[in-house]
Amino acid sequence: MFFRTWQRLSSVVLGLVLAPAAMADWGLNMPQGITEVSQSIFELHMLIFWICVWIGVVVFGVMFYSIFKHRKSKGAVASKFHESLGLELLWTAVPTVILIAMAVPATTVLIQMYDTTNSDVDIKVTGHQWKWQYDYLGEDVGFFSNLTTTDDEIYNRTEKGENYLEEVDNHVVVPTGQKIRFLITSNDVIHAWWVPEIAVKKDAIPGYINESWALIPEGQEGIYRGKCAELCGVQHGFMPIVLEAVTADEYQVWLDDQRAGKVAEAAAAQGDFSYDELMVEGAAVYARSCAGCHGTEGQGMGSIFPALAGSSMALNDMAGHIDIVLNGKPGTAMQSFSAQLTDVEIAAVITFERNAWGNDTGETVTPKMIIDAKK
Amino acid sequence: MTTATASHDDHGDHSHHGPAKGIMRWVLTTNHKDIGTMYLWFSFIMLLTGGVMALIVRAELFQPGMQLIRPEFYNQMTTMHGLIMVFGAIMPAFVGLANWMVPLMIGAPDMALPRMNNWSFWILPFAFGMLLFTLFTEAGAPNFGWTFYAPLSTTYAPSSVTYFIFGVHMMGISSIMGAINIIVTILNLRAPGMTMMKMPLFVWTWFITAYLLVAVMPVLAGVVTMMLMDIHFGTAFFDAAGGGDPVLFQHVFWFFGHPEVYIMILPAFGIVSQIIPTFARKPLFGYASMVYATSSIAFLSFIVWAHHMFTVGLPLQAELFFMYATMLIAIPTGVKVFNWVSTMFRGSMTFETPMLFALAFVVLFTIGGFSGLMLSIAPADFQYHDTYFVVAHFHYVLVPGALFGIIAGVYYWLPKWTGHYYNESLGKFHFWMSFIGVNVTFFPMHFIGLAGMPRRIPDYALQFADFNAIATVGAFIFGFSQLIFLYLLIKTIRGGEKATDQVWEGAEGLEWTIPSPAPYHTFAEAPHVK
Amino acid sequence: MNSNSSKPDNRNVNKPNNTALKLVLAAIAMFGFGFALVPLYDIFCEITGINGKTAGQVERVEQWVDTSRTITVQFITTNNAGMPWEFEALQEEVEMHPGAWTQVNFWALNPTANDMVGQAVPSVSPSVAAEYVQKTECFCFDQQTLKAGEGRKMPLIFSLNPDLPAHVKKVTMSYTLFDAGAFAK
Repeated sequence: MFFRTWQRLSSVVLGLVLAPAAMADWGLNMPQGITEVSQSIFELHMLIFWICVWIGVVVFGVMFYSIFKHRKSKGAVASKFHESLGLELLWTAVPTVILIAMAVPATTVLIQMYDTTNSDVDIKVTGHQWKWQYDYLGEDVGFFSNLTTTDDEIYNRTEKGENYLEEVDNHVVVPTGQKIRFLITSNDVIHAWWVPEIAVKKDAIPGYINESWALIPEGQEGIYRGKCAELCGVQHGFMPIVLEAVTADEYQVWLDDQRAGKVAEAAAAQGDFSYDELMVEGAAVYARSCAGCHGTEGQGMGSIFPALAGSSMALNDMAGHIDIVLNGKPGTAMQSFSAQLTDVEIAAVITFERNAWGNDTGETVTPKMIIDAKK
Repeated sequence: MTTATASHDDHGDHSHHGPAKGIMRWVLTTNHKDIGTMYLWFSFIMLLTGGVMALIVRAELFQPGMQLIRPEFYNQMTTMHGLIMVFGAIMPAFVGLANWMVPLMIGAPDMALPRMNNWSFWILPFAFGMLLFTLFTEAGAPNFGWTFYAPLSTTYAPSSVTYFIFGVHMMGISSIMGAINIIVTILNLRAPGMTMMKMPLFVWTWFITAYLLVAVMPVLAGVVTMMLMDIHFGTAFFDAAGGGDPVLFQHVFWFFGHPEVYIMILPAFGIVSQIIPTFARKPLFGYASMVYATSSIAFLSFIVWAHHMFTVGLPLQAELFFMYATMLIAIPTGVKVFNWVSTMFRGSMTFETPMLFALAFVVLFTIGGFSGLMLSIAPADFQYHDTYFVVAHFHYVLVPGALFGIIAGVYYWLPKWTGHYYNESLGKFHFWMSFIGVNVTFFPMHFIGLAGMPRRIPDYALQFADFNAIATVGAFIFGFSQLIFLYLLIKTIRGGEKATDQVWEGAEGLEWTIPSPAPYHTFAEAPHVK
Repeated sequence: MNSNSSKPDNRNVNKPNNTALKLVLAAIAMFGFGFALVPLYDIFCEITGINGKTAGQVERVEQWVDTSRTITVQFITTNNAGMPWEFEALQEEVEMHPGAWTQVNFWALNPTANDMVGQAVPSVSPSVAAEYVQKTECFCFDQQTLKAGEGRKMPLIFSLNPDLPAHVKKVTMSYTLFDAGAFAK
C-alpha cells in the first residue's frame, strides 16, 4: 500500500529521533495483533500517526522557523499583513482532502468489524464484579474465570510472578481457523471485554447483548492476554482475560474434557471430605472468590462489605450462611455462587469461613449438605 | 489602590477608597474585579487540591503493586481529581478571567448583572465544600469516575452520591448564571463603536462558550436529576429492571460532556489569540476566520458526542456518522493553529513568560489534537478506548491546553491587575519546569496506552512499570513547580517594578488604555472605539 | 447575534434583563430537553434496533413464509446480580423459516422463601435482526410474579419478518432477568 513507502521514508527521516522500527519491540506501540482485523486496525493507526507526524513537521517547522528568524532580538521588523482568503481556503481544503482519504479505509475496516454473521463458535461472555464468565453456546460448557495473582504479590509481600495481574484460573479456549462470535453482556455494572491482540473491545452492559467477532488464523495458536476496560468498581484492575487459541482438534478435545470434568465434579461431591481437606480447599477458594470484598483476613471493607471474622452469621447461623453463599443477597454486592463454584468448593469455603480468623465453631459443612440445600 | 485588586486574603484591611472594608467587602461585593479575583483564587486553591489528588494517584502508580493506598480510595481519588479539575479549577478560572477582562475589553463599567455575579461565585465554595466533605464520611467520596456511568453511580453507588448530585446541581447553577451574565454584558454593554466584529477574540470565544454553557449545563443538571430520582424516588431511567437503559445515561451525559470539552478550551483559544499578536507585534492573522472557526467548533460539538461511546455497541450507521462528524472538527481547529502560526510569521517576536506559555500551548495542544484525530478513527478507537492513550490525549488538551492558556492569561494581565511587573526570570523558571514536567508526565502515557494499559486501574502488569515510574517523576516536577507560581503571584501582588499603563509594547485593546493597576471603577464613561 | 450590534451606542444598560430572561428560559428549556432525550432515545432505539431492543407486542398476521432459507435462532438467558431464580430456555435453539410462527417455552422458578417479582429484558444479536423480530406473546412484556417456591413455564411466540436481510443466518435472542421488586406494579 502507498503508505508503506511513505512510512519507510518517514522512518529514515525521523529514525534517529523516534526509532519507529524498534517501537514494537520496546512495547511502545499498539500490538499488530494476530487477526486480519487487528492488522487492518494497526495499519490504520500507523497511517494516521504518520499523517499527524508530517502535518506536525510542517506546522511546527514554520513556527520554529519564525521563532528563530523573526525575533526582535535579531532585529526583525514586524510586517502588517493579517489576512489572506486564499490561504484560509487552502488550509481548509487540504485537510478536508486528507480527512476523506482517511475516512475511506476507516469505513471499510469498520464495516468488516461489524459483520458478526456466519460464526462457527458462539461464546457468551458475562462480566461480573469482578470476574468473567464464559458460556459456549450449544456445547454445555461454561465456567468462571478468576484472577489468580495472590494478594501477597499485590501487596508486595512476595515476588511478583511473570504474568502479574494477567493470569486466571480458567482460560477462555478458542479454536483457530474458525469465526468466533462473542456475545458480551454483564451481570451488574458496565464492564468492557478487551483483548488487544484480536482487537476486540466491547462494553458489557447489564440487560443487553453486545457482539463482536474474531477469526484467529491457523498457526497463531497461543495465549493472549486482555483486561477489563471500563471502570466497574473497586477491583476493576483485577479482572483480566486470558484467551488461549488452540487448533480445532485440540479445541474439540478440550470441550470433551470440560464436559467430563463436570460429571467428575458432580460425582466427587457425593464423596466424603475431612475437615482438614475442606479447610485447605476453602482457604484457596476464599482467596480467589471472597477476599476481594470481605478482605484477606475476613475483616470486610468499608461500610459496604461486611466483616466475616466474628460475624454472627458465620458463628451461629449455618443455614443462613449456606443460603447467602448459594443465592446471594438481593440489593447488595453479594452475588449467588451456586453456579460459579462447585458443591465441593462451596462446602469448603463455608467450612473455612466458620473456622478461620478466630471463628472457631469447629463445624464442618460437607458437599452433601450443599447438594441438599440446593434442592 | 493596589489592594482593590491585589488583596486576596479575606481581610482587605488596607484599602483606602473604593471598596468597603473588612471581610464583608468580599462577601457582598458586586464589583467585577473583586469577583474575578475571588474566582481566580478559588480556582487556584482547587487546582492545588485536585493536584494533590493527582499526586496521590501518581505516587501509587509509581511501582506495580499496591503500596500507599487501597483500591477503593484510589477510585475516590481519580474521581475527585477529575471533578475538581474540570468544575473547580478550569471552569471557574475562565469565569474569573472573563469577569476581570470582558468589561475592560469592551469598555463596560461592570458586568451587566452584578448581584447575580456575586451569587454565582459564592455558590461555588459551598458546592465544593459539600463534595470534599464526602471524603471524610464513612461511605467515602464518589468513586465511579468523573463520568459517573450508571449503574455504577446509581444502584452500586456509595451513599455519598446524593451529596455529589447536589454539588453538581449547585456548580451547574453557578456556571449558568455566570454564562448568562457574560452574554448579557457582551450584548448590551459594549462601548460605542465596539461592534461585534471588532471585539477582541477572548471576548468572542467567551461569548460562544457562554452559549454552550447555557445549552448544556442544564442537560447535566437533568442527567443528575434522573440519577437522583432513580436512587431515591423509584424511577428507572437507567435501570433495565424497570424499563430503563444504562446506555441512555451515556448519551445524555455526553450530550453535555462533549460541548463541555470545548467549554474548557475555547476561552483558552481566545487568550492565546490575544497574547501571540502582542508579542509578535503583528495583528492577529485571519481574525474573521478565527471567529467562524470557533463558531463551527461550537456547532460541531453538539453532533459528535457518541465518539465517546464507540465501543458501547452503536449501530454501524451511527458509528460512521459520529466518526465523520468528529473528523470534521480537525478542520476548524487546524484553521486556528495555522492562523496563530501565520501571526508569528514575519513578526518581531519576544519571549516573555505569557508568550512562552502561549507558544507551548500551540505546540502541545496541537499534539493533543493529533491524538484526538487518531481517536476519531472508530476502528482504531476500539484499541485506544479507555486506555492511557486517552488519558494522554485529554491531559494534553487540558493541561498544556486549557491550563497553560489560563496561566498565560494570568501572566499577561497580572501587571494590569496588580500594577507590578512579575519577576521575569522566576516566570521563565516556572514555565520551563512546567513544560518539562507536563511532557515527562503525559508523553509516556501515549506509549503505555498503546501497549495496552487501561485507565482507572490502581495497579498494573509489569510491562508498564518503566513508563509509569517516569510519568510519576514528571507529575511531581509539574506539581511542585506550581508552588513557584504561587510564590511569584504573592510577590507580585506585594510589590515589584511599577507597571506602565501600556504594560506590553505590542499590546492593543481597551484594557491597556486604563491605568495600572486597574482602578476599582473603570469606564464609568464609555470610551469611543474607532 | 443581536440586532443592536451595529448601532453606534449599544451600551443599553436598561435592557439587559430582557436578554437575561430569555437566557434563563433557554436554560430551563434545555433542562427539559435533557428529559425529552429519554422518549426520543426510546423511539430512536426502536427504529434502529440499538442494543438489540425489539418492538413491543404485535398482532399475529399470517405472512409469506420464506421456505428457501432456514434461520437458526438461539436462546440465551442471564440472571442479573441478586436474582436467585432459576431461569432458562427449554429449547436451546430452533431452526425456522422467516415468516413462520414458532413457540418456545422458558422456565422460571423462585427458589427463595419470599414472593418475588421479575422482569425479563430482551435483546437481540445481531442488532440488525432486532427490527425483524415480531412477538405476539412474550413473558418479557410484563413483570412476572412468582410465589416462594413457585415455578412457571413461560411462552414466547414469535416470527422473523421475511424481509430479514439475507446475510443473517443466525439470530440470538437474549433475556436477562432482573429482580423488579422495586418497580412492582
